[in-house]
Amino acid sequence: PPTHIITVNGKECINFASFNFLGLLENEKVKSTAQASLKKYGVGTCGPRGFYGTFDVHLELEERLAKFMRTEEAIIYSYGFATIASAIPAYSKRGDIVFVDEAACFAIQKGLQASRSNIKLFKHNDMTDLERLLKEQETEDQKNPRKARVTRRFIVVEGLYMNTGDICPLPELIKLKYKYKVRIFLEESLSFGVLGEHGRGVTEHFGINIDDIDLISANMENSLASIGGFCCGRSFIIDHQRLSGQGYCFSASLPPLLAAAAIEALNIMEDNPGIFQTLWAKCEWIHKSLQGISGLKVVGESFSPVLHLQLEESCGSRENDEKLLKRVVDYCMNGGIALTQARYLEKEEKCLPPPSIRLVVTVEQTKQELDRAASLLRKATQSILN
Amino acid sequence: QKNGVSNGSLYKKTFIEHFEQAPMYVAVLTFLGFGVGTIFGYLRDFMRAWGLEKRNIATEREQQKDFVPLYQDFENFYTRNLYMRIRDNWNRPICSVPGPQFDLMERVTDDYNWTFRFTGRIIKNVINMGSYNYLGFAETDINALKTVTIELQKYGTGVCSTRQEMGTLDKHIELEKLVAKFLGVEDAMVFGMGFATNSMNIPALVGKGCLILSDELNHTSLVLGARLSGATIRIFKHNNMQSLEKLLRDAIIYGQPRSRRAWRKIIILVEGIYSMEGSIVRLPEIVSLKKKYKAYLYLDEAHSIGAVGATGRGVVEYFGMSPDDVDVLMGTFTKSFGAAGGYIAGKKDLVDFLRTHSHSAVYATSMCPPVAEQIIRAMKCLMGLDGTTQGLQRVRQLGKNTRYFRRRLHEMGFIIYGNDDSPVVPLLLYMPGKIGAFARRMLEKNIGVVVVGFPATPITESRARFCVSAAHTREMLDTVLNALDELGDFLHLKYSRYSKSSHPELYEETRFELED
Repeated sequence: PPTHIITVNGKECINFASFNFLGLLENEKVKSTAQASLKKYGVGTCGPRGFYGTFDVHLELEERLAKFMRTEEAIIYSYGFATIASAIPAYSKRGDIVFVDEAACFAIQKGLQASRSNIKLFKHNDMTDLERLLKEQETEDQKNPRKARVTRRFIVVEGLYMNTGDICPLPELIKLKYKYKVRIFLEESLSFGVLGEHGRGVTEHFGINIDDIDLISANMENSLASIGGFCCGRSFIIDHQRLSGQGYCFSASLPPLLAAAAIEALNIMEDNPGIFQTLWAKCEWIHKSLQGISGLKVVGESFSPVLHLQLEESCGSRENDEKLLKRVVDYCMNGGIALTQARYLEKEEKCLPPPSIRLVVTVEQTKQELDRAASLLRKATQSILN
Repeated sequence: QKNGVSNGSLYKKTFIEHFEQAPMYVAVLTFLGFGVGTIFGYLRDFMRAWGLEKRNIATEREQQKDFVPLYQDFENFYTRNLYMRIRDNWNRPICSVPGPQFDLMERVTDDYNWTFRFTGRIIKNVINMGSYNYLGFAETDINALKTVTIELQKYGTGVCSTRQEMGTLDKHIELEKLVAKFLGVEDAMVFGMGFATNSMNIPALVGKGCLILSDELNHTSLVLGARLSGATIRIFKHNNMQSLEKLLRDAIIYGQPRSRRAWRKIIILVEGIYSMEGSIVRLPEIVSLKKKYKAYLYLDEAHSIGAVGATGRGVVEYFGMSPDDVDVLMGTFTKSFGAAGGYIAGKKDLVDFLRTHSHSAVYATSMCPPVAEQIIRAMKCLMGLDGTTQGLQRVRQLGKNTRYFRRRLHEMGFIIYGNDDSPVVPLLLYMPGKIGAFARRMLEKNIGVVVVGFPATPITESRARFCVSAAHTREMLDTVLNALDELGDFLHLKYSRYSKSSHPELYEETRFELED
């Protein structure tokens, strides 16, 4: 089981690779709620939401999520990848314009591909580049005002980027939104349950009114230790997905035991808001202790639980970089720390990030374990990279 | 037309499918019904725009009123005016296991379906003719779920990682070996969601410069996967082999559209049982065509795995063919196995390629362990590996139930689509008014049915779809059939022009009164 101590190929290591931020995978309360739901409902739902696949647990989970995020409504999908990949094509069709960050994750790219809209990429977290693109679009609009009145415009950003560990500059984005009349879709897979005082994500972190964001989409597979995803926002927007979200209408609903587990995880998150502070403290600690390692640079914000370690100087080809990183990972695995290389499909990604090792900080790791990981990495780079 | 063609050497048993057309007056009345609905729709939109009628739907924020509107008014015309009237027949929430009988939560509406309110009462023991529970594995029997509870305690509920990173557990490896053994192929790979299996693996297998020939009535997941791959898509008429052959010949003769080069790959996408029609794919003919023109075959057995075939191994076994003939066998575990997820099976090279190149292996989380355990125990039961013959009994019971149900419906005079052996039974309703009336009255009689209309089906062919399950007993089926009989007379649904005699067939009589 992929919990705090994980057995990889027979060797026990401390898990720095699964996205189990709040340590809820091993939580006994979550497991017992899931057991109770298993006894009542069985495993599968045997049908899509429209045809007797809607259970009272689904409705309860949607209500709880909407209340937690303080929005009007929420909608649940049965798979995290499918959430954003079905939400984007439901609103943005052929002929609409979408401005998306270069470091967007693969699910967003697939959603954009399925929607067939015009896609404009802007440099990662670069607001001046985005403003330039928006101005260009404005001049285009003035040439053809009739068409401009019907083309919808969207910006798609992530709260915490999976590929770089950065946070998006949300206050500036809101200003741009009202200036150029563009709608914002925020994807919070990594930041839900991590940022913000109560774990509500980037909007709480920056103190922004949640109604300013048109759609927030997140997957429950990281902090909530379940499977599936959800979108939340105003009823005006979310209700449309009930008939036109492909992953919602044409696919079986989430198994009720996973929905019950998610409800229990939400309860735990609401009852102990202190775990977020602990998580941030641990993230800062490891960020500091990894700073001095020669040969590897740390990419990511100091409060982000996902850090990328990239090579400071690449040795020419991507393959050689990956081989070097693999040796570092193997060394750490032998030392009892389980890490992983960030995997990408090279031919399919629009902007391929450089090869890196991904380190995940969870609430369950103690300071000694964090120190042990840092020192092991130091030794690894010294022996392999020099 | 009735196809009773037995194709000599290709088909080992008779392949009977029915797609009867309704009499002309029915089509006229259907169009009339939609016309009246549309006129009223325009009238009400007009009244709403001028403030004569209250607007019930959610509206845009005040601060965002000058943004480009998110939805065009016309796109939602159908939803606002026609779908809203009968909306209470879908999304009905249940609060028990979706077995042969379930408990529905009662909901009422005060303002003509714009909002719903739960009264708090539960309608108990409604007969379930809508869930995809073909073999009856959606059960809460403690003994049956013993291994699942153990695994849940051991592994927890989530995985939090993708397949290629930390997400491959020993449970997944065990499940994949079992799936490969069940289907009789070399190797298999499992994914967390059935819809995502199609939409993430078809782009990995084909790309630009390839040709996809897909059936007219393929499921949205296949269409999405085909579109995401970037290959050229050509559509052939539903289950029509002449149309498919013509497309294949054109493809080989003319090549790619502008450069006239040969296609890199030609792949045929079909489903085992089509869920809206109940028809079974003509597999022997497709396989012979594929061998002749050297194309690849991708078979989506979402509904047919576990449901057809002598031991439940799907359409490949139903037609007596070998699984090596099909290049890519895909299926889902949601329908017959009572779990969630999908699989792709085939030769070892193919599956190894998918392990490295599939989008889901790299970016999407793997299947959750208790769900994997449920599939393992269901499959072991089906294969007989748990020491009982329960699996085989379930498959036989499903076959008996299907044949009985279809025969009785034919005798009563309803128009039923599809193959005689498919457990998906669409009953044609045609007129939009009858859709709502049928579903509501069946609920009053404590039977839950599924009705579908436009846009899932063509606009004139709305239908009610029954899913027969191995867990239904003879009494339950008889209750449903009697209710259908009454309702058919009341709503005038018995359109079939093939008159059935009211006395039973001669060979079914087991006792003869011999007159001396």
